[in-house]
Amino acid sequence: MIAGYNTISMGTGRSEFHPKKPRPGLEDYIKEAGENVLSQIGGAKNVDECVIANFIASRYNKQANLAAFFPYIDPNLTYKPCIRVEGACATGGLGLATGIKSILAETADVVLVVGVEVQNSVKAVYGADILAAAGWYKERKDGHAHFFPGKFSDRAGAYFEKYGRGKTRKAMARWYTNAIENARLCPTAQEFENSQKNLEQLALTEPNPNMFVDHLNVYDCSKVSDGASGIAIVSEEGLKRCGISKKDAIEVVGLGQAEYDLTKAPDDPVRLTTTDLAVKKALEMAGINHQKLATVECHDCFTIAAIMAVEAMGFAKPGEGSDFILEGHTSREGKIPFNTTGGLIGWGHPTGATGVHQAVTIWEQLTQRAGQSQIKIPTARPYALSVNMGGDDKTLVSIVYKKC
Amino acid sequence: MKYEAKLENVTVLGAAGKMGSGILFLTAAEMTRQKFLPENKNRDFTLYALDTSNRALSGLISYIREQAWRFAEKNIVALRKTYHDRADLIDNEHIIRQYAQDLLSIIRPVTRMESAFDSNIIFEAVSENPDLKVQLMSTINKNNPNKPWFFTNTSAIPISWLDEQAGLNGRIMGVHFYNPPAVQKLLEVVKTENTRPELSYFVAEYIKNLKKIYVPSYDVAGFIGNGYFMRDILFAERMVNELKENFSYVQAVYMVNKITQDFLIRPMGIFQLVDYVGIDVVQFIMSVMKPYAIKENIHSTLIENHINNIVKGGQYPDGRQKDGIFKYEKGQITAVYDPDKKRYFNVSEFSNECDEYLGELPEGWQTWRKINRDSEKDEKLKKYFENLRLSKKPGAQLAMEYLRKFREIASELVKNKVAFKFDDVNAVLLHGFHHAYGPVNDYI
Repeated sequence: MIAGYNTISMGTGRSEFHPKKPRPGLEDYIKEAGENVLSQIGGAKNVDECVIANFIASRYNKQANLAAFFPYIDPNLTYKPCIRVEGACATGGLGLATGIKSILAETADVVLVVGVEVQNSVKAVYGADILAAAGWYKERKDGHAHFFPGKFSDRAGAYFEKYGRGKTRKAMARWYTNAIENARLCPTAQEFENSQKNLEQLALTEPNPNMFVDHLNVYDCSKVSDGASGIAIVSEEGLKRCGISKKDAIEVVGLGQAEYDLTKAPDDPVRLTTTDLAVKKALEMAGINHQKLATVECHDCFTIAAIMAVEAMGFAKPGEGSDFILEGHTSREGKIPFNTTGGLIGWGHPTGATGVHQAVTIWEQLTQRAGQSQIKIPTARPYALSVNMGGDDKTLVSIVYKKC
Repeated sequence: MKYEAKLENVTVLGAAGKMGSGILFLTAAEMTRQKFLPENKNRDFTLYALDTSNRALSGLISYIREQAWRFAEKNIVALRKTYHDRADLIDNEHIIRQYAQDLLSIIRPVTRMESAFDSNIIFEAVSENPDLKVQLMSTINKNNPNKPWFFTNTSAIPISWLDEQAGLNGRIMGVHFYNPPAVQKLLEVVKTENTRPELSYFVAEYIKNLKKIYVPSYDVAGFIGNGYFMRDILFAERMVNELKENFSYVQAVYMVNKITQDFLIRPMGIFQLVDYVGIDVVQFIMSVMKPYAIKENIHSTLIENHINNIVKGGQYPDGRQKDGIFKYEKGQITAVYDPDKKRYFNVSEFSNECDEYLGELPEGWQTWRKINRDSEKDEKLKKYFENLRLSKKPGAQLAMEYLRKFREIASELVKNKVAFKFDDVNAVLLHGFHHAYGPVNDYI
């Protein structure tokens, strides 16, 4: 992968954001991300195929047929094969997987992947209806007003019951603190300007079930975001065509995908079993274990999801994810830095873009382009892992990357 | 009669006005809530929105619809449970739309007073005209066989006087909402010696169900809120007159407004607040309070001079500020009116000189909005006011003088049996006027 680019993750928290003032539209984000990738790879002429990853613009923006926006990015993309993919919040990951498979199938040498979502077009209370489409539609009626926070609140309640509430809540607060502190180092992050002093205390605010959900407060949740991310997936041949040196690229060495039945409740509410499987597949394909990883981008749509993801990825045993986080292992100075630009909670969660944003962050880290958020990449650990989750542990894409 | 039975038939007088429309919405929301309770499924709830013109009433329905949507959006968690049995309502949006329809279905916009002759409860929210209020309430009382209860929104007229003039025999109580009622948390509640206890019980439950708070006040003209506010204006005018010895009138008005807004960290300066309320409304309140204030003269020449020039302030129906003591552009003060010269003077022409005279804001100053959101508000205010006290700059010293007066007015309200206690005065200033601190504080 080469030539990553992230737009700003726009929404509450950014000083440019005002809900009543005009903002960039879907096509503006697509164009910004697409143009910036193209400018790094020698232009649209070098592109064989394009993939656009978008969850649900048909409802947020009354817009479908998004693949036809590629020629809008650059007229030289006119008549090239383009496709749009969707898998709820794992849409971006599916976009990457689609591009990777085109390269592996040798139908393309250069694939432009753009992930995008513009969600601030409706109030959050109506956005909850739209996002509920990531679950089974027959569950909507009995679901919570805030459908997905409700799902993960139920998981948090079960986790508290099994492993204890106090320590888990502290770990959730620590996760939030790490996310914001990392986001403060990344100018495109939604929480870049967050200047709250006592983050951990804020994150320990008691949930208010009358206004929100039983076991989560708003700081436990990723925000509503608009944004796009783009990256190019290339073969060795494609790399040469774009005139880019290997040191400026990262290699995809493992891909794990897994799917769970949308109509079924999780087997065990305190475990992310599909995540577990997808990560195992990706690591197995890469032929490495956790010790080789320098950084991880995980799908922290909710702080409780992060704790469970840490366990599902195998960094901690079931019930010990909180300890792992509280011991500082996931912080940027820790054993294995997670979400170095803030993740979904700190950087933002423009759903269709998230999986691509994870890849861009890893590309930046492994090629030393991460600016203020750069972490040390030890020579002995040149690998990174991303995990992108759609719905309640339903659609999973995990990728292992290696510094070239 | 039980609370919910009383609520079955209610009229709001002056329903299309700014206060009336808010009271109408809140009452409609409470009646809708009652309607959904299983024990009330056989009850019919009717709310008459009575006003003088059909035109105003048509705008009213749009306002209520918008408020109902907002309310439902905010309370969606509870409403999903309320509508759980409705298989056709799945998304939040379906539920919100249905709630707005259900709430609106209770309301009957009417222009004929006869509609109120069947009501059990009358909320009165017409203009602050004592004779009009008496005439309306007495007519309804004479023609309504239900011996209705009257809840008046007056912010100034003694309730016992209205009771006596309208012949209500204790079936009246003051229930003063703050503007805008749908948003403001605070109500002032006023009983007279004759107010029947059952009215108090009803009001307590009604306010609790609206999730609002109330402060009791003695039945003294102006009550706590205007008792404080009118004296605040009179003190500001006195300060203007003192500053006029060395500055022009418009400069003096500008400076006192700046002292009250910036140096005292209030949401708006005293004269901007007068414009917000309406200069004519302020004059009316003073005229109501004046006969009851024996030891002081509740009269403002500054206010009178504006009214004489037909400069009234107040707000347009869409909430924009009309020009008054100040001229506004996009909500910002741009000029000050001089009643003698009968024209506005641009602030930009004289503000530098005034700002220089007042001096810089002391260290630790924060905007009213910022300080209210600060988790260490008390500590920071303490430090700021300590710096204000130590400053030798004229602005700081005038602000200190104002703070001392602030406390004195509060003390007088308690001493003269307008307020029951200091905490009640503080509560009105904190929750009704949204000050960052009450007049009785540890800062001076």
